[in-house]
Amino acid sequence: MLDFHLILSSLPLYASGLLVTFELLLIALALGLLLAVPLALMRVSRSPLVNFPAWLYTYVIRGTPMLVQLFLLYYGLAQFDVIRDSFMWPYFSSATFCACLAFAINTSAYTSEILAGSLKATPPGEIEAARAMGMSRAQLYRRILLPSAMRRALPQYSNEVIMMLHTTSLASLVTLIDLTGAARTISSQYYMPFEAFITAGLFYLVLTVGLVRLFKYAELRWLAHLTPRKH
Amino acid sequence: MYKLDVQDLHKRYGSHEVIRGVSMAAKAGDVISIIGSSGSGKSTFLRCINLLEQPHAGRIQLNGEELRLVANRDGALKAADAKQLQHMRSRLSMVFQNFNLWSHMSALDNVMEAPVHVLGQSKAEARDRAEHYLAKVGVAHRKDAYPAHMSGGEQQRVAIARALAMEPEVMLFDEPTSALDPELVGEVLKVMQDLASEGRTMVVVTHEMGFAREVSNQLVFLHKGLVEERGCPKEVLANPQSERLQQFLCGSLK
Repeated sequence: MLDFHLILSSLPLYASGLLVTFELLLIALALGLLLAVPLALMRVSRSPLVNFPAWLYTYVIRGTPMLVQLFLLYYGLAQFDVIRDSFMWPYFSSATFCACLAFAINTSAYTSEILAGSLKATPPGEIEAARAMGMSRAQLYRRILLPSAMRRALPQYSNEVIMMLHTTSLASLVTLIDLTGAARTISSQYYMPFEAFITAGLFYLVLTVGLVRLFKYAELRWLAHLTPRKH
Repeated sequence: MYKLDVQDLHKRYGSHEVIRGVSMAAKAGDVISIIGSSGSGKSTFLRCINLLEQPHAGRIQLNGEELRLVANRDGALKAADAKQLQHMRSRLSMVFQNFNLWSHMSALDNVMEAPVHVLGQSKAEARDRAEHYLAKVGVAHRKDAYPAHMSGGEQQRVAIARALAMEPEVMLFDEPTSALDPELVGEVLKVMQDLASEGRTMVVVTHEMGFAREVSNQLVFLHKGLVEERGCPKEVLANPQSERLQQFLCGSLK
């Protein structure tokens, strides 16, 4: 039988873990999206000089496991004196910083590919209409291409966000006490791994359901133009 | 002085010449219909006027101002000055065969977009004008609808309102009724006829012989990239001189 008393008494630790998970997720998503927009624009460029670096970046990041990237940043970089002696050491010695950075880099690669695909799917006639109206290239991107592509990317991006939520659990492997970290702490303190991890699992499940709801609402709001006609 | 003056335009795809020296001039209030069979180059010619396609030779003047062109590596001409081209395009608005409305914007936003962001009008001013033009083409009641939720005829009328809101010098129509169901063609032609009777300068690539005859005051028949015949539409259509136009009309006026 489950030890509900243990679960209840450990809730405060899970609550603080939840905050860490939130913090990691929000920072990673915000930074990732900020990076993903210029990367996506580079990926749809016809000039190989612009396209290639972005292609290489997404290829390498998407071609290696998240955990390897995280260990490289957190444990790997510390091996070099140059890093340890530089002004960046306070940052790279912080697990929170390394985890946020690794997650942001990872999600930026996936998000930029989603966005680039969405940009390429813009109906050519809409681009032509914008040019024929006298829009500059910058206006074309800002007013037509990006708003339209970002809307179309919403359903795929919601998957990416949920994957990212689950990926943040890796932060517990670099000493952070997020939801999974809280579960690991409880598990090793009381030798009750089932109680510890089922609680964490339930937290993730509720968060996921919340995110799915949020994105359904966003799609209703921003993808209304792609739904069947109602009136 | 001509509103729009296009001289000796050439265009080729690879080694295939699709426009082989076509000229056309429109005075204020002229409505010029361009007809011809598929592949005659009529749409390409129209799209060269605002440089959606790059011509290989020719001169384009709007209100006496010449569009400065320079050749790029493969010999096609592009605008020497992007700003001048943008400015010229904003005064030469175009209506497309497939409407090409921006799908993520409501009808009203489609019409307001370019006046606000290209012409620099205030939102309030642009909204007033957009509502005025939507009412004028008879789709005011659909202003909050997205393009995908409108019929083809409604979409094309919104597209015409979008072009009108720029208050252009010349309007270019690229087969505006070809993608419409037969019963929706009439509503769009009616709007275009009203525009013509207001004295707007229009260049219309069309397959609608009735429109060409009744509404336009110049007819240009293109064949294999050359002007085969041109003149007053009623005369040309009633009494075609060239064999090609006779054949073309036999096919289309049954």
